[in-house]
Amino acid sequence: MRISVNGQTHDVDVEPDMPLLWVLRDELGITGVKYGCGIAQCGACTVHIDGFAVRSCQQPVGDVEGEVTTIEGLGGPEALHAVQAAWIEHQVAQCGYCQSGQIMAAAAFLELNTDPSDEDIDAAMSANLCRCGTYPRIREAIRAAAQSLRSA
Amino acid sequence: MGRLKTFTRRAFLVGSVAVAGGVAFGVYTVRKPHANPLLDTLGDGEAALTPYVLIDSGGVTLITPRADKGQGAYSVQAALIAEELDVDLDRIKVDPGPPSAAYWNQALADEAASFMAPGGGIPTQAAYGVLSSVMKVIGMQITGGSTTVPDGFDKLRQAGASAREALKLAASRKTGVPVSALKTASGAVQLPDGTSLDYTELAADAAQIEPPQDVELRAPSEWRLIGKPMQRVDMIAKSTGTLKYGIDFAVDGMVHAAVVLNPAQGGPLNGFDATEALKMRGVRDVVEITGGVGVIADNTWRAFQAAKAVEFDWGAASFPSSMEDHWRTLSDSFAETALDSRQRDDGNVEFSFAETGEIISAEYRAPYLAHAPLEPISAIVRIDGESAEVWTGTQIPRFVQNNVGRIAGIDPGNVTVHVLYMGGSFGHRLEDEVVKQAAEIAMGMKGTPVKLTYSREQDMTHDFVRQIAMARMRGVVRDGKVETYDLGIAMPSVVVSQMARQGLSVPGPDSQIVAGAWDQPFAVPNHRVTGYRAPELAPVSSWRSVGASSNGFFYNAGLDELIHAAGADPLAERIRLCNNEEARKVLEAVGEMSGWDGVLGNGRGRGVALTQSFGVHCAQVIEVADTENGIRIEKVFVAAEVGTVVDPVNFDNLVKGGVIFGLGHAMNCEITYTDGIADQDNFHVFEGMRMHQCPDIEVRGLENGSKVLGIGEPPVPPAAPALAAAIFAATGTRLREMPFNRFVDFA
Repeated sequence: MRISVNGQTHDVDVEPDMPLLWVLRDELGITGVKYGCGIAQCGACTVHIDGFAVRSCQQPVGDVEGEVTTIEGLGGPEALHAVQAAWIEHQVAQCGYCQSGQIMAAAAFLELNTDPSDEDIDAAMSANLCRCGTYPRIREAIRAAAQSLRSA
Repeated sequence: MGRLKTFTRRAFLVGSVAVAGGVAFGVYTVRKPHANPLLDTLGDGEAALTPYVLIDSGGVTLITPRADKGQGAYSVQAALIAEELDVDLDRIKVDPGPPSAAYWNQALADEAASFMAPGGGIPTQAAYGVLSSVMKVIGMQITGGSTTVPDGFDKLRQAGASAREALKLAASRKTGVPVSALKTASGAVQLPDGTSLDYTELAADAAQIEPPQDVELRAPSEWRLIGKPMQRVDMIAKSTGTLKYGIDFAVDGMVHAAVVLNPAQGGPLNGFDATEALKMRGVRDVVEITGGVGVIADNTWRAFQAAKAVEFDWGAASFPSSMEDHWRTLSDSFAETALDSRQRDDGNVEFSFAETGEIISAEYRAPYLAHAPLEPISAIVRIDGESAEVWTGTQIPRFVQNNVGRIAGIDPGNVTVHVLYMGGSFGHRLEDEVVKQAAEIAMGMKGTPVKLTYSREQDMTHDFVRQIAMARMRGVVRDGKVETYDLGIAMPSVVVSQMARQGLSVPGPDSQIVAGAWDQPFAVPNHRVTGYRAPELAPVSSWRSVGASSNGFFYNAGLDELIHAAGADPLAERIRLCNNEEARKVLEAVGEMSGWDGVLGNGRGRGVALTQSFGVHCAQVIEVADTENGIRIEKVFVAAEVGTVVDPVNFDNLVKGGVIFGLGHAMNCEITYTDGIADQDNFHVFEGMRMHQCPDIEVRGLENGSKVLGIGEPPVPPAAPALAAAIFAATGTRLREMPFNRFVDFA
């Protein structure tokens, strides 16, 4: 079957019920997307499909229709997305393992809500777990990213 | 007092036990310094100046032997070296280096020695000497016990300074300019005429020079890096998905493996049927390993799926079948026969009890907890004929080297260990079962790298959990003051359980059984802290702040009940009882930050707690509101005394994270066992704190102390008791058992 990831088309020979997460990581070697729980409880595997945040561990690859974007496709070290830039500016990461998913969730959320309140941010981000406890910095970074996206 | 004497003597004689961070060892003696491990692997033209600095044609590499599991250890170690070496952090490489005995952890020895001989003096010095020797021999290259900064603060700066001076000597020999006329900056030696020689050009010459050892370190007023916000070396990679963690690593030709271990932890495998699993796509083999099977496939998910298709006949676990039995075992351990230590026995507790008719008493409980770093544990192992190679995120590379050597039947010196970035640990990566299992599988397919990835369910149900613990408090109050505080704590020994898995037996008392309780800065007139050692139940391991993770709650909760009975203010009475100047300033700081002036009222409450752990006094004031949706944690004020804040941004982040870690587990986490099988297997039943529950947290680092201390663990212990005290103030409900959601809801 054929999927498009970060603007590139790939032919993959896998079972249609294999979660998108494992196709990305093990078949295509795209490892920015993380495995944390496998049951949509932690959000580390969050990617975008046509701009919407999706838990790739619960998304059978056979049902994927549309363009898949992973953290690598959102922006790289040389061309940062505004959310990534805010994450670096606010020094959010500790272990960093959840942050790909946090950033992807935040980027999709800010597309839908360009001027979120603190409550909006909490509600949108509470499905993403951070074991290190970087929540205060995630809040700061999202507020900063929202502002920079609005003024862009 | 006879007992105290006995204990002091015995503790001193034992000498070799119970180190903080949960690490210990047998007894050895040695006096010779360790060889420089980098000399073995250097190519032509490379110069190893000290074990912490490597300079070659590619540039400068700083060796940071303490593992980075998310706490910023690589950055802080690099900064300490760079401060003296005069290199720019954005122009150097950081590498954890090969496992080596030369990277032994001095600060862990210091922590253990203070328990053996409280009050310091000659016994402390002697015990310290023994421990230092032991650590050198075993090569305790261990990351734990919040020791990276204390252990490295002088050592790493000294390494940087020695390296710098050797480079200047090399430049002097090359140019004829005297060393005194040379300066260094941005990775180069600068000559008086304005030209400069890059360190990389001097490397080969410097290799011929014995680095000067007694270089004076720069005064704090000259620091370029320490004390100022730093850009962590891994921040861009972690924000762009480009950092490779252990679980992301790939080696050419590798296969993917999953394991299924007896759900009743540690129980035997009687038999299995893999017929169905072997028919599944991509499955290569199913092999027996210790306590279970390994499933080998061409993809992680296929290995996970096939693992579910194997049928098993399991034996029973060796520990009690119900939690009631676990708790009864702890309860039965409050007995003279199980007495482990009594390092605090001030005044006369028994006389005070005999004198009064009103003894206040209470019992407290702390559950088993999983470490559950968000990156499930994994390892890649390839075993060849006479050598092996390992890629994994570990805090104990030397143990990994030895264990793989043993399993492969080869010299551990021929095992190469690559320490990879870790997506959290919280102590989980002080264990190496995943590496041993990968090695067992790899033995059956020599030459092929085997990548073993734990599913979240395996990771959580086969964790070596935080100790279960119980405490009993008795006390007396008089004239509005706390007069007598007697605290007994019972738990299995984490150190014994953990070291047994490394084949090491640990004699003597275990300081972790009373850590965070026996050495607190409060001068209650009659004050006794007793540790009781329960037999091992479920296998336990070091969990962020180890003994103090349960005992910080016990100690503060007991003290809080006595202060309440005395009718005193929780903060004012703690300050009155405080007998340590630094600790008092920490308490005063959170009082000022929170505007503490007694009760809040209106369904709101505040609580305070202070725990000294790993040498750090950390106090927290927590404010909660009792809402219709449950308890809402509104604000946390934290102050901690660490001597010198090396990086204020990372400090702030680690403190906030530690508070959230402490609160989240106190709110809703526990591991319970039924017939030896963990009842919780994933984050839907082991949730911790989520963002909508996260309070505002205000942090202040104090720098009054003379010792430089680490902050990874100390914010954890005071969080739970400060929360319990705040809930009591708001609702009148006294919480004596974690997790608190057994008794109250959280909004």
